[in-house]
Amino acid sequence: MSKDSKVLLDPLFDNNPIAIQVLGICSALAVTTKLETAVVMAIAVTLVTAFSNLAISVLRNYIPPSIRIIVQLTVIASLVIVTDQILKAFVFEISKQLSVFVGLIITNCIVMGRAEAFAMQNGPRASFIDGIGNGLGYGIVLLVVGFFRELFGTGKLFGMVVFPLASEGGWYVPNGLMVLSPAAFFLIGGFIWLLRTWKPELAEKE
Amino acid sequence: MKFLRNLLDKLEKPFQKGQPLEKLYPVYEMHDTILYTPGQVTEGSTHVRDALDLKRMMITVVIALIPCICMAFYNTGYQANLAIASYGAKPLAIWQTQVYQLLGFKPGMMSFWAHVVYGGLFFLPVLITTFAVGGIIEVSNAIIRKHEVNEGFLVTGFLLPLTLPPTIPLWQVALGTAFGVLIGKEIFGGTGKNILNPALTGRAFLFFAYPAQISGDKPWIAADFVASKFTSTLPDAVSGATWLGKAATNKAALASHGFGSPAWWDAFLGFVPGSMGETSVLACLIGAFILIYMQIGSWRTMAGVVLGTFTMTALLSGGSSDTNPMFAVPFYWHVVLGGWAFGTVFMATDPVSSAFTDMGRWVYGFLIGVMVILVRVVNPAYPEGMMLAILFMNMFAPFIDHFVVQANIKRRLERNAAV
Repeated sequence: MSKDSKVLLDPLFDNNPIAIQVLGICSALAVTTKLETAVVMAIAVTLVTAFSNLAISVLRNYIPPSIRIIVQLTVIASLVIVTDQILKAFVFEISKQLSVFVGLIITNCIVMGRAEAFAMQNGPRASFIDGIGNGLGYGIVLLVVGFFRELFGTGKLFGMVVFPLASEGGWYVPNGLMVLSPAAFFLIGGFIWLLRTWKPELAEKE
Repeated sequence: MKFLRNLLDKLEKPFQKGQPLEKLYPVYEMHDTILYTPGQVTEGSTHVRDALDLKRMMITVVIALIPCICMAFYNTGYQANLAIASYGAKPLAIWQTQVYQLLGFKPGMMSFWAHVVYGGLFFLPVLITTFAVGGIIEVSNAIIRKHEVNEGFLVTGFLLPLTLPPTIPLWQVALGTAFGVLIGKEIFGGTGKNILNPALTGRAFLFFAYPAQISGDKPWIAADFVASKFTSTLPDAVSGATWLGKAATNKAALASHGFGSPAWWDAFLGFVPGSMGETSVLACLIGAFILIYMQIGSWRTMAGVVLGTFTMTALLSGGSSDTNPMFAVPFYWHVVLGGWAFGTVFMATDPVSSAFTDMGRWVYGFLIGVMVILVRVVNPAYPEGMMLAILFMNMFAPFIDHFVVQANIKRRLERNAAV
């Protein structure tokens, strides 16, 4: 495997930011009640991580170590504001549903973590790819969680009826727990369990 | 009896090591040990064993539950028949009613056996579903993990149905049981390792997943009020609400019924709508005496809950307001309403998920009492707080124990330093 594809693919499963590093959980609980918001959020985080990694990697030799966190935050915050404005301009409805969680990408540990751990030590090209990979790793978990929460919580996928609801003449009784935050914890827990069953080497040594 | 032993020994052969059914040994072992005391003797250095093993402990709890189970049969049918006979409700158009009529009874019949049969037709299917689903999960876990099937589920399987309303759909019972046993117990390693009470975990799952079938004022009586034209003229006592839900909405309802009034006695004896097995405080008290006498349940935990409930009610009674009538509900009403008594006696004292130290049990029980009143009074969204209070304190039980143990270590160190 070439270096680039390793950087890209590693965070998908082997070093998944949510399932292995357990970062970015907060937004994973908040935006996954529907697939639509989960997809938009995944794209937003992927782009922010990629471009913040790129910018910080370019600047890395000029950033004084004592104020590096402040510089990183400034870059990330600027990108998040741009993202927020784009979402408001083009997908206003979804942007309203995501509410503060777009703004809170600034505090998402994944973005900051990759900037500090990867972009400060690597070139712009590798850093950009690393940002894409980590964003996608985050996105995979969001999609899986969002899929089950929307399907079992409301009987829909992307707003389209899959299981007709009993209250509307169908047969499916929606599971109210699925739209509450604890369901995301159960599903992420299940995802981590499946991942470690598939790849036992990912489990911590006892 | 010799014949039964011989039969079991003969049956054991294919389940032994190296035989074709080796993997299913837990299933054989389960049946063998239900019928006979295991023949193993202690090997190694420990010579004294308590006769109180897990099996005897669990069976004692089940015996203590018998009064509540009887009430589940009687009161479920009684409430349904009463609503039909006196308050113009229609019988539910489901198979339970059909079987009931086939057996020669009429909905609304006010006789002892009519109540028991009608109640049983609602309670037994829930009980059987719980045991079937829970049993399958329990046995398959024992096979996968290669340990013996243990008796932990026996109690959970009785506790969960007793805390459910009579009208709950059976598929929801199955889901709740599966969630309770898997998430509440098996993922932590099985009986004895769970931090939460499995029965309450299952109930909490149903409570949050399908609130329409387990909260509000509809599900507690197995009769159809919607089809009835007389809904608006129903007296308070059977308006379909549990007493607790009613207290939250109607200030006058409880204020006019003091300690020892007929309404209070109804609630104490359990002739009120509610979850199937938890309405009767008397039945729970009998259970409590059995548990305490046999030293299975901790009297410290129970006393702690009583004390906590009393303290918190006294504290909050000063804050009575017009917008929230729950503030004015007195202590003697809180203890006969909802699942307070059942939770205190059977759920809070669960030996696995409660605190282990004597002092810790006082604190644990006291905080359950405080929490239950806090949820009931201050949070208008949840009229019943017993389940949430116990689950919440389950989480803190190891934490409380930690401080009790540390305090003990510190005290002994100081005592030795002084000498």
